[in-house]
Amino acid sequence: MADNSNILTMKGISKAFPGVQALDAVDFSLRSGEIHALLGENGAGKSTLIKVLTGVERQDRGVIELDGHEILAKSPHHAQTLGISTVYQEVNLCPNLSIAENILIGREPRFAGSIDWRRLNARAAQILEWLEIDVDVRQSVGMYPVAIQQMVAISRALEISARVLILDEPTSSLAAHETEKLFAVMRKLKSEGIGIIFITHFLAQVYEVSDRITVLRNGKLVGVFDTATLPRVELVARMIGRDLNELEEMSRYKQAAATLSQSSVVLQAKDFGRVGSIEPFDLDLHKGEVIGLAGLLGSGRTEMANLLFGVDKPDSGTLTVAGQRVEQHAPLRSIQAGMAYCPEDRKADGIVGDLTVRENIILALQASRGWFNHLNTAKQREIADKYIKLLNISTPTADQLVKNLSGGNQQKVILARWLATDPDILILDEPTRGIDIGAKAEIQKLVLTQANQGKSCIFISSELDEVLRTSHRVLVLRDNAVVVELAQDEMNERTIMHIIAGGES
Amino acid sequence: MTTRASWWERLRHSSLFWPLVALALVMLFNLLFTPNFFRLEIKDGHLFGSLVDVLNRGAPLMLMAIGLTAVIATAGVDLSVGAVAAICAAMATRLVGNVTDVTATPLPLVIMIALGLAILCGIWNGLLVSRANIQPMVATLVLMVAGRGIAQLITDGQIITVYYPPFFYFGAGYLLGLPFTLFIVAAVFLFARLMTRRTAIGLFVESVGTNASSSFYSGINEKNIKLLAYVFCSFCAGIAGIIISSNVKSADANNVGLFMELDAILAVVIGGTLMSGGRFSLAGSVLGALLIQSVTTTIYAFGVPPEVVLVVKSLVVLFVVLLYSEPVKIALDKLAQRKGVRA
Repeated sequence: MADNSNILTMKGISKAFPGVQALDAVDFSLRSGEIHALLGENGAGKSTLIKVLTGVERQDRGVIELDGHEILAKSPHHAQTLGISTVYQEVNLCPNLSIAENILIGREPRFAGSIDWRRLNARAAQILEWLEIDVDVRQSVGMYPVAIQQMVAISRALEISARVLILDEPTSSLAAHETEKLFAVMRKLKSEGIGIIFITHFLAQVYEVSDRITVLRNGKLVGVFDTATLPRVELVARMIGRDLNELEEMSRYKQAAATLSQSSVVLQAKDFGRVGSIEPFDLDLHKGEVIGLAGLLGSGRTEMANLLFGVDKPDSGTLTVAGQRVEQHAPLRSIQAGMAYCPEDRKADGIVGDLTVRENIILALQASRGWFNHLNTAKQREIADKYIKLLNISTPTADQLVKNLSGGNQQKVILARWLATDPDILILDEPTRGIDIGAKAEIQKLVLTQANQGKSCIFISSELDEVLRTSHRVLVLRDNAVVVELAQDEMNERTIMHIIAGGES
Repeated sequence: MTTRASWWERLRHSSLFWPLVALALVMLFNLLFTPNFFRLEIKDGHLFGSLVDVLNRGAPLMLMAIGLTAVIATAGVDLSVGAVAAICAAMATRLVGNVTDVTATPLPLVIMIALGLAILCGIWNGLLVSRANIQPMVATLVLMVAGRGIAQLITDGQIITVYYPPFFYFGAGYLLGLPFTLFIVAAVFLFARLMTRRTAIGLFVESVGTNASSSFYSGINEKNIKLLAYVFCSFCAGIAGIIISSNVKSADANNVGLFMELDAILAVVIGGTLMSGGRFSLAGSVLGALLIQSVTTTIYAFGVPPEVVLVVKSLVVLFVVLLYSEPVKIALDKLAQRKGVRA
């Protein structure tokens, strides 16, 4: 650390939303040439703090100083001009514009008043080359997978000569080698004196790259720690404010796989596939069983889930659910057959932002009941309150708009929506992405308790330990095909990673 | 004291607040400047007066606004409502015929065929939007342009004038001393409200309008919801068309409902339903339509020269729409708070 002085200081920041004190006199400081991890559970106030810093929200009280001068960002754009750039949790790009346009939007090089496309594309290509990403910058961003989109978002932030770079969950949709690449870039920026605020839920990554850690809980500052001297267990305890024995508890929940293989098959796929998305596969899901799908992003995990739930139509094979062959593949049919599906992209395919928590929770149940078999408001409220309590959803009332909740609570609302339909088969695609460890453990536990009650589950996650902890069997996918099925005693991280990497077990 | 304050707060944050304020202002203006605006008299057992006029003349617009609310709530728009009204007007008058005191087709059949045609128009729009995935503005533009042509084909390019008094009842008749059109609007409004709030359709429309993809994943048939919205919208436009032709005792394919789609969209927006879809308010749309109609009637009653009419109208619209803008809202909230502190 060449320079030990603070470039950014936030003092006594408070911010209240209707019904929630999101931030309560929080202090935060960032040194130049530092990677500073900002940690906390859902709703701890991390996102709000960042929003205040970048001018998305205005603080009720408190002072922000950049290089010793008081600043007040009026908008994210204004914050950028001040030298504070952000890459947000959910990729925030214009999918119809090209990669180059996205990177240089608002700062397009001009020639005689019109955009100089050649320079624009060259500049964008140069930045991506520096990141060692090989893409055609003239293609529209929407055509690329999330991982690339994230890199484009990071490039956009890098393009502005930022003093402060905020990375909000940048790695949650990146594969391992892409994460490594990002860390290399982060270290490079750090050596150039830029201060980086790093928000993540991966504790291993915190210990890998960060210098200091600031922990928030329920809108309050818990403390600032040097990463090197803070044991991981203590960090977790600080974040949740209680001891976490969830892991031991969970292994008790998990039934012996042997008893499951004798129970009845609730879902059976034979030679089931769709050209271009997933090669034909066979699958037997037993009552009370959790099957994990492991594989990299784009390996066919989500495609498999979409196909099983009828979001996409198959072009080969058969699907039998609860002894009935599925003829019409559509979400509504699947729900009526007792299936539920939490899709990967919470914002685009999960929540209905302008509706209330209550309406979001009863949506699938109401859909399966049809247009005219209406649940009245009292009944809706009863169901919503039940699941708010059961899943520990933190919201002032059931009539709060779901878009006002934090990511983890939104995820719980979607889980509640599906549990309310009383499904026999739950398909969960990345249910714990971008949410804190406390809620993660809750969701994992929920999967196992549901399985104990005789429900079956297909569990998709990028985090191997999570898959291993919850699943009785694991299917490993690679290049849009199921490569291998592992039984309980064959499942371990080494084997799975080996298979994903391309070597057969 | 507290109950009064909370009652006031509830009203102030209700979606109907600003259209009500605007309507009150227009009425206040009339109270001060337009003589006899509020005078009601009973002639031959019928209620007459400018207020009744506003309600009566505003009926077609209110109907279109009710229908459009459903479409706009699904994040769509229907530009063809004026043309659909023209088609129905043409079909109805054609079926009645131009023989004095005689109708060529029994009246119930006339209504059924005309409205059936409207429903077909709605199915056409709905299929283009929901099944062919054409952007709503473009999809409905097709019928907006073609509709007038279809209407002309129906009338053979003539203005059909009808001389069958029972047909006039829809647009000019009276029931219990009030214009019959009011009963039609009330019936359609109640039907729409019942269908959207007492069934799950309202929730599904709002869900599809907010996030169609999430709705699909949740098992809502978002295509059929959209189709239903367009069919209902055209159905309402069809009723409006029949009322218009009945009121003027003729159908001019080129002029029935001309530019009314724009007034109707405006009414919906004034009523608090966002063009981006989602939450909708049927009552708001009706209020919006009433506001537009009262402004028009006021302007004429006040004797504003015709060349200034549109300018005045647009100023009123600008005023109302500004009240919806987020920065203006925040400024007003601050003002209200400061006043509260001082008091």
